[in-house]
Amino acid sequence: MKVRAQFAFIFNLDKCIGCHTCSVTCKNTWTNRKGVEYVWFNNVESKPGIGYPKNWENQEKWKGGWTLVNGKLELKSGGRLSKLINIFSNPDLPQIDDYYEPFTYNYARLQNAPLSEAAPTARPVSQITGESIEKIQWGPNWEDMMGGEWSERSVDKNMDGVGRDIYGQFEKTFHMYLPRICNHCLNPACVASCPSGSLYKREEDGIVLVDQDKCRGWRMCMSSCPYKKVYYNWESGKAEKCIACYPRVENGLATICSETCVGRIRYNGIILYDADRISELASVTNEQDLYEAQCSIFLDPNDPKVIAAAQAEGINKDWITAAQKSPVYKMAIDWKIAFPLHPEFRTLPMVWYVPPLSPVANAIDQGKLKTMPDGVIPMSGEMRLPVKYLANLMTAGKEAPIVLALNRMIAMRSYQRMKRVEGVVNTKALEACGMTEEMAQDMYRYLAIANYEDRFVIPTSHEEERLDDSHGHQGQNGFTFGNDSSTGISKITLFPRRRKESMEPREKAPMAADSPFTGDR
Amino acid sequence: MNESVFSLHNVLFGVYPYVCLAVFGIGSWLRFDREQYGWKSDSSQLLSKGSMRWASNLFHVGVLAIFGGHFVGLLTPHFVFAAVMPDITHQYVAITAGSIFGALAFIGGTILWFRRFFNPRISLTSRWADKFILTWLMITLILGISTIPVSLGHAGHGDPRIVTALAEWIQSIMYLHPNPAYIEGVDTVFKIHLLFGMTVFLVFPFTRMVHIWSAPIGYLARSYQIVRTKRLKYMETDRYDQHKPIDM
Repeated sequence: MKVRAQFAFIFNLDKCIGCHTCSVTCKNTWTNRKGVEYVWFNNVESKPGIGYPKNWENQEKWKGGWTLVNGKLELKSGGRLSKLINIFSNPDLPQIDDYYEPFTYNYARLQNAPLSEAAPTARPVSQITGESIEKIQWGPNWEDMMGGEWSERSVDKNMDGVGRDIYGQFEKTFHMYLPRICNHCLNPACVASCPSGSLYKREEDGIVLVDQDKCRGWRMCMSSCPYKKVYYNWESGKAEKCIACYPRVENGLATICSETCVGRIRYNGIILYDADRISELASVTNEQDLYEAQCSIFLDPNDPKVIAAAQAEGINKDWITAAQKSPVYKMAIDWKIAFPLHPEFRTLPMVWYVPPLSPVANAIDQGKLKTMPDGVIPMSGEMRLPVKYLANLMTAGKEAPIVLALNRMIAMRSYQRMKRVEGVVNTKALEACGMTEEMAQDMYRYLAIANYEDRFVIPTSHEEERLDDSHGHQGQNGFTFGNDSSTGISKITLFPRRRKESMEPREKAPMAADSPFTGDR
Repeated sequence: MNESVFSLHNVLFGVYPYVCLAVFGIGSWLRFDREQYGWKSDSSQLLSKGSMRWASNLFHVGVLAIFGGHFVGLLTPHFVFAAVMPDITHQYVAITAGSIFGALAFIGGTILWFRRFFNPRISLTSRWADKFILTWLMITLILGISTIPVSLGHAGHGDPRIVTALAEWIQSIMYLHPNPAYIEGVDTVFKIHLLFGMTVFLVFPFTRMVHIWSAPIGYLARSYQIVRTKRLKYMETDRYDQHKPIDM
């Protein structure tokens, strides 16, 4: 047993309202720069839909993640030699249009235009070329709120085996949101596919990062990540990805997407896992066994043997305490209501999802609703969101674990409703899905109330471990004797300098020139 | 040596090679040391994939083969070659390989050049150096290809002197006994090709060409997963860049 700690996430889809606050705060914090205008470390997709980039879940097309070759794990896009052979032109690389051509609008035109009969328009401008775009054909969230035709949205890989024809009918329509960030996987395909070894996983918290100095732009990570969450900055020529807001997380703060989530659907916490079993559990033969396999890699943070082994690995006591209070462990293991996204990619993702409940298709008061014997929990087939669809997203198509999770969430509600509204404690629904009253109350606290302290249990990082003599470093931060404290760019450099600002419309708004803030650009 | 040590010929083929090599070596080292962030292949495949599959592969395979051919063909000591094949065979091998890989590189390079200059996305996002280096490489390549008919003419008369003269000259440079006189008599097209070729080394550190230094051959022997720790007590051990968490 080799215990490692992982900074992990739970997203409770049952409460996601699709407001995109997470995307916007993330964008404003990290990717409002030249070369990454098209990049959303965090995005929210409307499902069913093909997503961002187009059809990212279809690995027959993109060849992301891992596959089994004679029972052994291998990158789906091919092994090391194949990576080097394809290095001059990566056949699996998406083109920027698969994400979308980034654009802004020529807002200045609204103020500059000469007087005319028709109101002036702010036309879209490409942020790559600076040229006008005739018509915007695709964007990062084109399918928002079921936008677009069913025939195009239903290409969604998760609709396989669900019945594309049936759910195209208006009465059968269903919809859910899927917020996505980098999964900071235990078995990351991006790290494995990087020829220059610039991607790495941090031992202390498992955050996956790109060493910007070491990256050479071979762009194998982009295609090998099955979630398409490693991006290429076309300006800097380097790979960039979600950094799990490590400057915040190291200080005990939640990631910016989690912190600003108005629905309080995001949970950040520590889990302990057995690094010795990664290979074994990622290569389970049957895809539908992968969800259970991934559950079994987590270690019980209250088990004295695990605690001793964790301490032997140098994991600090406050981290073990955090793991014991982890909302992630509670939801994924104790209550079994959270699932990995596409475990069949075999990367062991560390962002887990609580599946969304949905209205039942038939009205209860008409007495038509088929329920479980407890009379409360509707049969899984009665819910608007096909269980098969959720299973395709989260358990490689295995429905039983999803049904159990949904039933538990309904049972918790039923129990609370009886208690609050009718003043009766009725545990029938709880018993029907193996829950105790205590568990129902805990689930209520974490899912419904979702207090800040319960959602975010983040121990600070131990920076002192970086130093052999902390006292000796006192007063020495901030200034250095070299170029490394500056941006490292002198004005007379012979080497190609990077351009720093995103493409903006050429016309300047009249007021912009007068503004003290933008005057001298 | 010539009567005038500082004749144009001597400066170009006795001094200039050292300038180029020095800038190539020191420049690369300096840039690697100071400007790692800018050290990259600078791929533009994301912006426009279309012709890349054929063009980039043809260009790279062609150019790498040509570079290897020049390296082996010109730097191998004469006695080694003499033991294997007569000089005239050497010349024919060079002509044949040069024609084949020159053609590959030319086809791929031409497509890349047109993409670089006339694909709006690529052209507008190119730096000056990107356009310059590709154009320069293409001129060098075309000059190299246009030496083939000349070589064929000489070979047709059973005259292998040019290839040996070029090799002797380059080796004299490498042994730090520059002797430009070796190539005084070679045809002008060779000399121009040489000047353009040497200049590629001169500008190398200031362009995206530096990515050649980083050809990731080591990847073939690396284990897939990389874990880094900041814990000081492990920094000195193999756990800093731990390459073995997964056995596969």
